[in-house]
Amino acid sequence: MQKKYSWYSLLKAGLANQDWDKAIPSSKPKSKYDVIIIGGGGHGLATAYYLAKECGITNVAVVEKGYIGGGNTGRNTTIIRSNYLRDEASSLYEHSMRLWEGLSEDLNFNVMFSQRGVYNLGHTLQDMRDIERRVNANVLNGVDAVVVDHKEIKEQIPIINTSKNVRYPIMGASFQARAGVARHDGVAWGFTRAASHLGVDIIQNCEVIDIEVEGGRVKGVKTTQGDIMADRVGCVSAGHSSVIARMAGLRLPVESHPLQAFVSEAMKPILHTVVMSNAVHGYVSQSDKGDLVIGAGIDGYNSYAQRGSAKIVEHCAAAILELFPIFSRVRMNRQWGGIVDVCPDACPVISPTKIEGLYFNCGWGTGGFKATPGSGNVFAHTIAQDKQHDLAVPFHIDRFTTGALIDEHGAAGVAH
Amino acid sequence: MFSINCPYCKESRDQNEFSPAGEAFVARPENPEALSDEEWADYVFYRTNHKGDHWEQWVHTSGCRKYFLVKRSTITHEVIEEATFAEVYSEKIS
Repeated sequence: MQKKYSWYSLLKAGLANQDWDKAIPSSKPKSKYDVIIIGGGGHGLATAYYLAKECGITNVAVVEKGYIGGGNTGRNTTIIRSNYLRDEASSLYEHSMRLWEGLSEDLNFNVMFSQRGVYNLGHTLQDMRDIERRVNANVLNGVDAVVVDHKEIKEQIPIINTSKNVRYPIMGASFQARAGVARHDGVAWGFTRAASHLGVDIIQNCEVIDIEVEGGRVKGVKTTQGDIMADRVGCVSAGHSSVIARMAGLRLPVESHPLQAFVSEAMKPILHTVVMSNAVHGYVSQSDKGDLVIGAGIDGYNSYAQRGSAKIVEHCAAAILELFPIFSRVRMNRQWGGIVDVCPDACPVISPTKIEGLYFNCGWGTGGFKATPGSGNVFAHTIAQDKQHDLAVPFHIDRFTTGALIDEHGAAGVAH
Repeated sequence: MFSINCPYCKESRDQNEFSPAGEAFVARPENPEALSDEEWADYVFYRTNHKGDHWEQWVHTSGCRKYFLVKRSTITHEVIEEATFAEVYSEKIS
């Protein structure tokens, strides 16, 4: 396995008939580890990476029931931003943003993080008041944000429809310049490769079928590739968190819903930034490949089916077309769904549980991708020290009992 | 996409006419004052989020606007059974 990618390795392998080493090794599970991470999505891989890199725990297994990049990590619309309203949430997402800013170098893998900015549109007076409040909160928390009016939006994005004669005219927006997108597959592969280098076993096609608990302590997991023992188990299984929790006899305050997205055929560059709208419910950016990446909302019913209703897609397409009439003849290429676990307060759970040694990182709902490095980082420290990382403290599962919820429906209200 | 047979309208209609209204059989506690914080949290926030055949509440929003129960697979979206509250609860009691 190639240790480090560099201009020299590029030249060498390029001259030698594209002789590239395998980037991701395939592992078979050992019988015992210090830590098992259930779920090989971005958050799980990042957890394993930071456990090895920052906490000195390298005897770690990531067990993934499918393949790396096959779940929500490879299904989202890749938007990264940290302009959340509440102190607790914005600190966590800003922590993540700072890690994104050095991630390609850190992982020695190009995750194509592109800080092209994000506009969150406002269409009513109340929208604009909320946007101003959120931008002020962001500035106080050291998160870059400005309020822009519709003229400035039109100057920056000439193809956007700022006409007043539409059902929901654009009045203004918040703009975060450091926000942007990244290549989601690259993020999964980069974390996998970097974690493997540090000694983490990434085990694919290995589904957890039960969690062994003895005397209130976790002992290990039963998988389709045999039993694996560990004193500490971290669950990062997104839409299937409730299923995993039930294996340990726990209930979670989350419900699973399908979230859909679709991409168009590839086109020449036409949209250089990310545009999101809570009010009409749609968000769009253009990938480096040239296709428009469009995200819709969740279906209201529970589902584990990785597909949603056509009316959600139709509703989103209508919103995007009102914002960008020029897209009306663009042909769509693919459409898909992923299963997201939604918390009642639109904030995640990063928490120990009643079972000693068993930790949950779940409930990211519709917007987990942006938090990938930050989530993994604070979860790794939480597992390593058996004590919540400072930034994770407000996200304890007990907040649903104490009532100290972190209401982020305003900033996270749109699925993204 | 799926169709639901409204037990009041007695007609199979497109899912778009209906709205989901949460997990079924989450009964409001008879004496909330007597509950511990954990029990109250469980009633308000915690759900089974079952993977498989799942009883849930739906409302015929664009039709009769009545609430009823649907047993539906959360794996395939297949609707298995529709019933009124009265039908299900009389069965439960008897």
